[in-house]
Amino acid sequence: MRGKIRENLKHYISRGELIARQGKNSVSVPLPQIDIPNFRFGKPEQGGVGQGPGEEGQPIGGEEAEAGPEAGDQPGEHVLEVDVSLEELAEILGEELELPNIEPKGTDSVHTMKERYTGIDSQGPESLRHFKRTFKAALKRQIQTGVYDPKNPIIIPMRDDRRYRSWKTQSIPQSNAVIIYMMDVSGSMGNEQKEIVRIESFWLDTWLKSQYENIETRYIIHDAAAKVVDAHTFFNVRESGGTKISSAYKLAKEVIEKEFPPSEWNIYPFHFSDGDNWGGDDTTLCMDILNEQLMPWSNVFCYGQVKSAYGSGQFIKDLREAFPDDDRMILSEINSRDEILNSLKTFLGKGR
Amino acid sequence: MFENRQLTPRLEELRTQIRAYAVDFGLDFFEVIYELVDYDEMNMIASYGGFPTRYPHWRFGMQFEELQKSYSYGLSKIYELVINNDPCYAYLMRSNPEVDQKLVMSHVYGHSDFFKNNYWFSKTNRKMVDEMANHAVRVRRHIDKYGLDEVEQFIDVCLSLENLVDPHAPYFGEHKTSSEESREEQRLAATGTKFRTKPYMEEFVNPPQVLAAEKEVRLKELDREERFPAKPQRDVLTFLINHAPLRHWQRDVLEIIRDEAYYFAPQGMTKIMNEGWASFWHSKIMTTKALDSTEIIDYADHHSGTMGTRPGVLNPYKVGIELFRDIEERWNTGRFGPEYDACDDYSKRQSWDLKLGLGREKIFEVRKIYNDITFIDEYLTPEFCNQSQLFTYKFDRHAGNYVIDSREFKSIKEKLLDSLSNMGRPVINVDDGNFKNRGDLHMTHQYQGVPLKLDYARATLENIHKIWSRGVHLETEVDGKRKLLSYNGSRHEEKVLG
Repeated sequence: MRGKIRENLKHYISRGELIARQGKNSVSVPLPQIDIPNFRFGKPEQGGVGQGPGEEGQPIGGEEAEAGPEAGDQPGEHVLEVDVSLEELAEILGEELELPNIEPKGTDSVHTMKERYTGIDSQGPESLRHFKRTFKAALKRQIQTGVYDPKNPIIIPMRDDRRYRSWKTQSIPQSNAVIIYMMDVSGSMGNEQKEIVRIESFWLDTWLKSQYENIETRYIIHDAAAKVVDAHTFFNVRESGGTKISSAYKLAKEVIEKEFPPSEWNIYPFHFSDGDNWGGDDTTLCMDILNEQLMPWSNVFCYGQVKSAYGSGQFIKDLREAFPDDDRMILSEINSRDEILNSLKTFLGKGR
Repeated sequence: MFENRQLTPRLEELRTQIRAYAVDFGLDFFEVIYELVDYDEMNMIASYGGFPTRYPHWRFGMQFEELQKSYSYGLSKIYELVINNDPCYAYLMRSNPEVDQKLVMSHVYGHSDFFKNNYWFSKTNRKMVDEMANHAVRVRRHIDKYGLDEVEQFIDVCLSLENLVDPHAPYFGEHKTSSEESREEQRLAATGTKFRTKPYMEEFVNPPQVLAAEKEVRLKELDREERFPAKPQRDVLTFLINHAPLRHWQRDVLEIIRDEAYYFAPQGMTKIMNEGWASFWHSKIMTTKALDSTEIIDYADHHSGTMGTRPGVLNPYKVGIELFRDIEERWNTGRFGPEYDACDDYSKRQSWDLKLGLGREKIFEVRKIYNDITFIDEYLTPEFCNQSQLFTYKFDRHAGNYVIDSREFKSIKEKLLDSLSNMGRPVINVDDGNFKNRGDLHMTHQYQGVPLKLDYARATLENIHKIWSRGVHLETEVDGKRKLLSYNGSRHEEKVLG
């Protein structure tokens, strides 16, 4: 089964039908009944023998006829759905695209303190009293002192017999990640462009979730102004207007500063746009924010440029000029759905 | 891995009872081993075609998913599962109520009797459970050596040819060896024509050079006569196994696929009879012996569920059981033979009863020597067609759906036999393994009025090409014209034959 899913992965990736079928932890993948070809009759004219009342010339009902003369021996053209867990899907994606596992930054420096009950102590609050151990200690003491009578086995714990659970504080290296999706929703981004972004983010999400235990997502949309929205709005919104990319970057910067201190978080900003920014001044402003804040903070900054009929596609060129050979910046041009797969590989292929 | 599959003491008790009833009725079966399974085990086993161990292949997983889904949505449920093997293995669903278990057990004894006694099953391997496990080991060994993907892809190719076997082949001896031998003899015996003469004249009357030249000509003629294969061969799989340039493991896999196809073939050839026979006996055993009065409603519900008919589908259980009952009735009352056939008085025919009581004996004989085709051919009567409301249907191009075509006995019988012949699949022969004298493979579809599904035919040709590794050709009829479909490894061609 996995093999078949993998074979069709490209097909699934470019269609986006999976997202709609997403359950809590799994996706139900529609597998078309895979027919093994063989020599068989072309059906429609064949006809056959049936059973039941009716006059000659009377239709016998569409669906039943599909099965032909042998009851249900021929499989119909129905679709089989297979539940695949998101982890497994990510794994298939990873294997197929040969994605390297991500090495989280700062695993050594970022620690969380966590209490774990690991030991036993003779002191502690009553609420943590360990009954079994207490009983054992009392029993031991009674046997040692000869008070214990097998015929009348009454155990009475004393103060000293009491045992309590004790905890140790451990520091656990922590890898947290936040994905910040930014999308240009200006008038030039059509439905098709948004669909591409939607599909691409689904797969990015799937992969990154498999890499980090703790992952947060934030969605930012922008035209001339930017705002933080929920996932639903992000994927369904229709806006129009001009484009000021800097507004999104500014907002992303604020979000990070407020919620996700870069020293503790792996930060993945993804920005999708058709590359049409409003004027050179704004672009300069973008470069400044990127250069000074976003880039140093992030594991990697990804910019995906979706081709649209209206966009000039200038922005990616500007980025390329501003950050030549900077491997914290990954750029990808997505001209059609078929290129989503390649784009994913570009974004995730560096293992950062 | 699995829970204990042994029958509970209560079920064991029921089994002993029902077995005794079956023996009393004269059923002669392989001993049946029942195993008690959960629904997911049942689906697992069913997706393996009833066998506990099969070679690994994705299609089993696919079938399992499908069964599992349709069971959990309440769309379908497998009642009985029984394997033709000695002893027979049958599975009972743990969650079924007692009345269902009784029904299934009775039904299974019917199947087991059929497996053991029907002629068409006589050549099947009765240790197939072991054999399947051996196949699994062989395939796994190839997988270990050559990789899962490679072996699985090859199995896909083989499965595409799975139905290119000759279901009747096991019942004839092997022709091939004898004809090859006889050709060899002819070849050895080939000499020039000698004239009778005196010894001293020998050299002059029969000069050795001339004799040698004549022998040469004979041998060449023999070679030319020797077609390859000698005559059209319906068992394409065996032909490929013997003659295709396959690697050792590939040949082994192809043999496995062929052996399994031959094992399953009789079940396709006797679907109506087999199910009819088993249903006949579960109904007999249940209604006359095993059924408790409190269970009658449930029994009737489930029995009618299996017997249910829908307009476009012929239910083999229903047709089978009714035909067996009809035969029993006819032989009990003597409604057969020339006198009965000659009688055209309706009321006389209706009340015809010679009190022969031969029915039971007759149906046991029928279950022994017939298969679906001969069964229908021999015992389908106009009265039966009428009573069972059989009809033929056809595709109405204008309406775009299937409509009832006819209720005439002749056309029903024809259509039914048509659909049963070669298990409803096209008959394809290999007739030249050296087509165009360049090692191409030429096959012919025996056209009987129904065209092939062309896209599938082309894909299948591609798969045959993967095995034969030279050009492959299929002669068939499309839209009333003889056509030759060819595939040479890179593209398809289609040529109208004159």
